[in-house]
Amino acid sequence: MFGFMRKKEEAVSEEQKPGLFSRLKQSLTKTRQQFTIALSQSLLGSQVSDAEFLETIETQLLMADVGVAASEKIVAHLISARAKQTTQDAPHLQEVLNTALVDILKPCEQALKISAHKPYVILMVGINGAGKTTTIGKLAKHLQAEGKKVMLAAGDTFRAAAIEQLSVWGERNQIPVISGVQGGDSAAIIFDALQAAKARDMDVVIADTAGRLHTQQHLMAELAKIKRVIGKFDSHAPHEVLLVLDAGSGQNAMQQAKQFQAATDVSGIVLTKLDGTAKGGIVFALAEELKLPIRFLGVGEAIDDLRAFNAEDFVAALFEDK
Amino acid sequence: MFDNLSQRLQQTVAQLTGKGRLTEDNIQEALRNVRIALLEADVALPVVKDFLETVKSRAIGAEITQTLNPGQAFIKVVSDELTALMGTANSTLNLKAQPPVVILMAGLQGSGKTTTAAKLAKLLIDQEKKTVMLVSCDVYRPAAIKQLETLALQLNTPFFASHSHEDPATIAKAALTAASNQGCDVLIVDTAGRLHIDTDMMQEIKTLHGVMQPTETLFVVDSMTGQDAANTAKAFNDALPLTGVILTKTDGDARGGAALSIRQITGKPIKFIGVGEKIDALEAFHPDRMANRILGMGDVLTLVEEAKRKIDEKQAQKVAKKIQKGQFDLQDFRDQLKQMQDMGGMGSLLKKLPMGLKLPQSAVDDKMFVQFTAMIDSMTLQERRYPALIKGSRKIRIAQGSGTQVPDVNRMLKQFMQMEKMLKKFNKKGSMKNMMRQMQGMMPPGGMPGGLPPF
Repeated sequence: MFGFMRKKEEAVSEEQKPGLFSRLKQSLTKTRQQFTIALSQSLLGSQVSDAEFLETIETQLLMADVGVAASEKIVAHLISARAKQTTQDAPHLQEVLNTALVDILKPCEQALKISAHKPYVILMVGINGAGKTTTIGKLAKHLQAEGKKVMLAAGDTFRAAAIEQLSVWGERNQIPVISGVQGGDSAAIIFDALQAAKARDMDVVIADTAGRLHTQQHLMAELAKIKRVIGKFDSHAPHEVLLVLDAGSGQNAMQQAKQFQAATDVSGIVLTKLDGTAKGGIVFALAEELKLPIRFLGVGEAIDDLRAFNAEDFVAALFEDK
Repeated sequence: MFDNLSQRLQQTVAQLTGKGRLTEDNIQEALRNVRIALLEADVALPVVKDFLETVKSRAIGAEITQTLNPGQAFIKVVSDELTALMGTANSTLNLKAQPPVVILMAGLQGSGKTTTAAKLAKLLIDQEKKTVMLVSCDVYRPAAIKQLETLALQLNTPFFASHSHEDPATIAKAALTAASNQGCDVLIVDTAGRLHIDTDMMQEIKTLHGVMQPTETLFVVDSMTGQDAANTAKAFNDALPLTGVILTKTDGDARGGAALSIRQITGKPIKFIGVGEKIDALEAFHPDRMANRILGMGDVLTLVEEAKRKIDEKQAQKVAKKIQKGQFDLQDFRDQLKQMQDMGGMGSLLKKLPMGLKLPQSAVDDKMFVQFTAMIDSMTLQERRYPALIKGSRKIRIAQGSGTQVPDVNRMLKQFMQMEKMLKKFNKKGSMKNMMRQMQGMMPPGGMPGGLPPF
């Protein structure tokens, strides 16, 4: 706890409270650098052959976890664009590439809107270690800043000390946490929390769940049950099911997303850990295939390191020069 | 996706069938398929490129034997190289140091360090009969210390209590003294997850390493990691003298290409894999299995290997000669049955074929093979040599000797006769080579090598 506060203070003083956009860009710096180097190499010299140019682009896309199919599609798009144009100037091609990438992500740019339903129920799902609990802590802060009264439900009754972890986030945000015992029934605890939230006139309940691999059918069935039980409290609930995905994950993220969607009707994605060198390129494939809104990006461990997703920013931050 | 990959590689095998040898030209498409397979499996691109170069140079001019067609030979090169890169099997922990032996866990957030620390403790307690102390130096993540404490309690193993306002190095030092005083064999030090680009945090774990002088420094990594595995592995390996890697969450359906990237970049052995939620779900690492998983080939490669190893070439030739002379007898029939069984029986052979090549299980009955063998074993040498001798009373004796009924014996003889007839037919058509080719056509694609009669 104290260690965390110390760390946070240091972080803030070092960075002089950067703005939202610069913070995101900063967290994506590594990605941008790689793209920029590659692009300037391939674009500045007009002598570069088509094959070389396209291979460089493809390489960069692949190394960003964009995946073979999506990368090939983007490259194919560039080939046709290059064929049409008369001048082969770098800025133009970069624009074409930017536009192509933004076009893919644009439909996913849908912010989370808390409707008038009270309590508005958000169910958090994802595999182990994706960052569900940390995201809840940040999300609670974010919603509080919007003037909402938030309550947390400690639905992860499996992992050791998961309840304690969520409780600490509750303390930090000074919001109530409804919890049971470890090994207890997750659905029952969340149901209790919903009743408590109604009694206490809460605006939002964020329900944590245990991390689970999407291949564990019995655990996925448990998740579906949790959702059904929430539905008994309010037939419109959960109003939002957020799938938390690690930006560092590779092509398997697609399987994860599909399985979680099948079990719980995921309505939005949170992409975490974008402050490392991970590029999160899998979102391009996710956007094309599943068309799920990307609600937030996690860009650090501090309590306010949560950003709304913006397609232009995301792509611009990839390519922009310093 | 799984099916697509398998199919893609099956295609590779098919495309190369009929080629006399592997050349730069005819393996282009095959290499492309392998490249896609590896990328889809999340192997880092630079590693993929290196790997394909190696495969290319090894594959061109690779030996095409009678037991492996060109497609299989190519896949075998890929598999062999992949397995070789994965390192040796079952690297164990080095516990031969002055106790308490220190094991330091390092890795990114959410890779599974704490859970793995507990699993490792369990493994050392159960399998190595060690006394193990656990300590957490994670003063950042809320309740991380509590998490390890709960797990230690479950394992009923010593836990060194720490607090989140303490300094990690101070905690670790105190734990070392405590473990020493309590006569513990092993001290497992859990640490906070950290980003490899966070210089402060990387310095912290370097300091921790300096203070503890661990015998084992294990990098814990999520098997679902994508291309970034290359960056993180390099950074951790540069910062710390890693002694090994633990790959977690392999019970998912990720192909785990990260394993190859990490292995290639760090050169350190992968020692264990996490295989489930339970505290005992930690297993030794098998390079060959991981290689197959990355390629998504089922155990088709194992099959290729086994067929090659277990079939006695000389005996196969002997049988071939006999067939040519029209002298195939029950003894040869028995030898063939035996070979099939040595390879794990028909059921096991079929199971090893990748998806899409499934035959109904009823099509093969391993029990029948056992029965047939028992019957032939109950025959005299003369009967085996001249099956025509076997009439009424002999049949009764054979049935009694093998614990079967006379109709069973009849069925076996009928089957043998059918086979003999078929073999003669092949023989008439021409050379041995011709027959081999025909038989291969009857085998499941990518499956059994020549030299076995079709059952």
